[in-house]
Amino acid sequence: MDRKNIKKTETQYEIMPKEQSAMNVQDDKIKKIPPHRQLAGPSAIMIFIAILIICTLFSFTLGRYPVPLKELLAILGNKIFGLFQDAGKFWTEQMEAAVWNVRLPRVILSVLVGACLSAAGASYQGVFQNPMASPDILGASAGAGFGAALAIFLDFKHVNITLSAFAMSLITVALVFRISNYVKGGKVLGLVLAGIMVSSLFNAGTSFIKLVADPNNKLPQITYWLMGSLSGAKWSDIRFVIFPMLAGLIPLLLLRWRLNVITMGDEEAKTMGVDAGRVRLAVIISATLVTASAVSVSGMIGWVGLVIPHMMRRIVGSSYRWLMPVSMLGGSIFLLMVDNISRNVTTAGIPIGILTSFVGAPFFILLITGRGERY
Amino acid sequence: MSFTARAGEVLSILGPNGVGKSTLFKCILGLLPDYTGNIDINGLDASGLKVSELAKQIAYVPQRSEPVFNFSVHEIVLMGTTNKLKLFSSPGKSARAKAEQALEKLGISELSNRCFHHTSGGERQLVMIARALVQDTPILLLDEPTANLDRGNQILVLEQIKVLAKEGYTVLQTTHDPEQSYMFSDKILTMKDGTVLSCGSPAEILNKETMKSLYGVDMEVSSLFDDRARFCVPVSVISDEN
Repeated sequence: MDRKNIKKTETQYEIMPKEQSAMNVQDDKIKKIPPHRQLAGPSAIMIFIAILIICTLFSFTLGRYPVPLKELLAILGNKIFGLFQDAGKFWTEQMEAAVWNVRLPRVILSVLVGACLSAAGASYQGVFQNPMASPDILGASAGAGFGAALAIFLDFKHVNITLSAFAMSLITVALVFRISNYVKGGKVLGLVLAGIMVSSLFNAGTSFIKLVADPNNKLPQITYWLMGSLSGAKWSDIRFVIFPMLAGLIPLLLLRWRLNVITMGDEEAKTMGVDAGRVRLAVIISATLVTASAVSVSGMIGWVGLVIPHMMRRIVGSSYRWLMPVSMLGGSIFLLMVDNISRNVTTAGIPIGILTSFVGAPFFILLITGRGERY
Repeated sequence: MSFTARAGEVLSILGPNGVGKSTLFKCILGLLPDYTGNIDINGLDASGLKVSELAKQIAYVPQRSEPVFNFSVHEIVLMGTTNKLKLFSSPGKSARAKAEQALEKLGISELSNRCFHHTSGGERQLVMIARALVQDTPILLLDEPTANLDRGNQILVLEQIKVLAKEGYTVLQTTHDPEQSYMFSDKILTMKDGTVLSCGSPAEILNKETMKSLYGVDMEVSSLFDDRARFCVPVSVISDEN
């Protein structure tokens, strides 16, 4: 007997007796209840760490200047552990420069930025109990964009552009917090609404700067920054963002179980002994810190924070206990691979923000329309 | 208003919609801190307890829980152990075993790996009770535990609640079903206009005078099976049929 009550036989439809079909549908429903988790958390973490290591090594070998794996490992061994000193060097100076000064900072930065955006997205989705939340929900990206545009307009140096983006990003979120206190209704709704308004305000500010910026050199630079790119990643960038990033990522990892409880709603969370207000505040501050750090060095990179956590929910389930670490790893792997495409497909390098949208948007459509669990 | 709930008893709170049953629960749970009066929990003043301390005294079963994300039943139950965890820790092996025990106790261990979204209304209510059980508290608060359930599931849940009370839990539940509260509780408290109308044994409370003053409807209350059950019938139904 066919599973469905209507069976297609060439051009005509054969309709089965009503009673039989009704019973079959029931059977079908019972069988369809899927097991909840496809992969146990700890094994998922191990697998993702392994993939990340392989992807990282693979990314080093990519680039216009070829560096074979053997030389690559030797250079890293030399730089980190002091192996192959002086006479033992069997690689060229160019190889060393390409690996150490160009590729390594860029690879590290993609790993960090990917982890940050993904962790921030997952966190915001949890504290706002909203699966559509992304890292820019409280205006962190809009603020950073404005800060960077302003800094470029005022002819700041590279490091100061990053600093300005970072500071404006935090100021924006602080402003959103301040305004949300006066919004009537729920706290969460207030934050989200204030986030939308303030983002829009800062985006308008950015547009205005673009309008008055010198169209020959400043405007392209601003536009390029806003598209999001990891090209030109420097050690100084890493030194600048590593501490705020860790200061945000570590609390997010530590608070991940409480975050689980918060997703059940404030009142329920409180009856289970979780001070929802305080934990939410701590998570939002941490997530904002990592978003601001990531955006200030990479520009606007969309979709990572939305798509990766959802993809990871499919793999390890919704519990933040595993979702948080796996999202960080998944975000790193994703951004690393997208950045590889970005820097190798064309000589000029496609800005990574454009690529993540090209990859992320269709992928998300696939995710929400595909078979299986919701979210 | 003033009342006492004792260990080993099911106290059912009856009252029309909007009378303040949920507000009363929220006060007890510390969700509405600005009340006047005194809530005493095993000798402790509730208003002086922190969220985490209160969660060690009272476990709450909400009327309806709709998690946004797709947790498994096991994870939902595991959340009940949070009241014993340190701020930065996650539940360990013993907590997981406890969650499984609670599911087993309520006869739903086969649901453990099921998605919460794929459980029926009755199963959900039992899962939420299991979550309350792993909180290891002396007091259980249930907000209309049988609302939205079919008759079979209602009885299943109420029987479990009665068993828990027998084991020594102090159980408080709100309900809109006087007949069931007669059968399954030790004490009934009726509320009207934000205050206690009457409080006593089910036999004292379930009569036509109380029903009239409580719900404003004329009802006949008849006794069945040696007064082990009572049945309320609106007078309008009986008179119309005659």
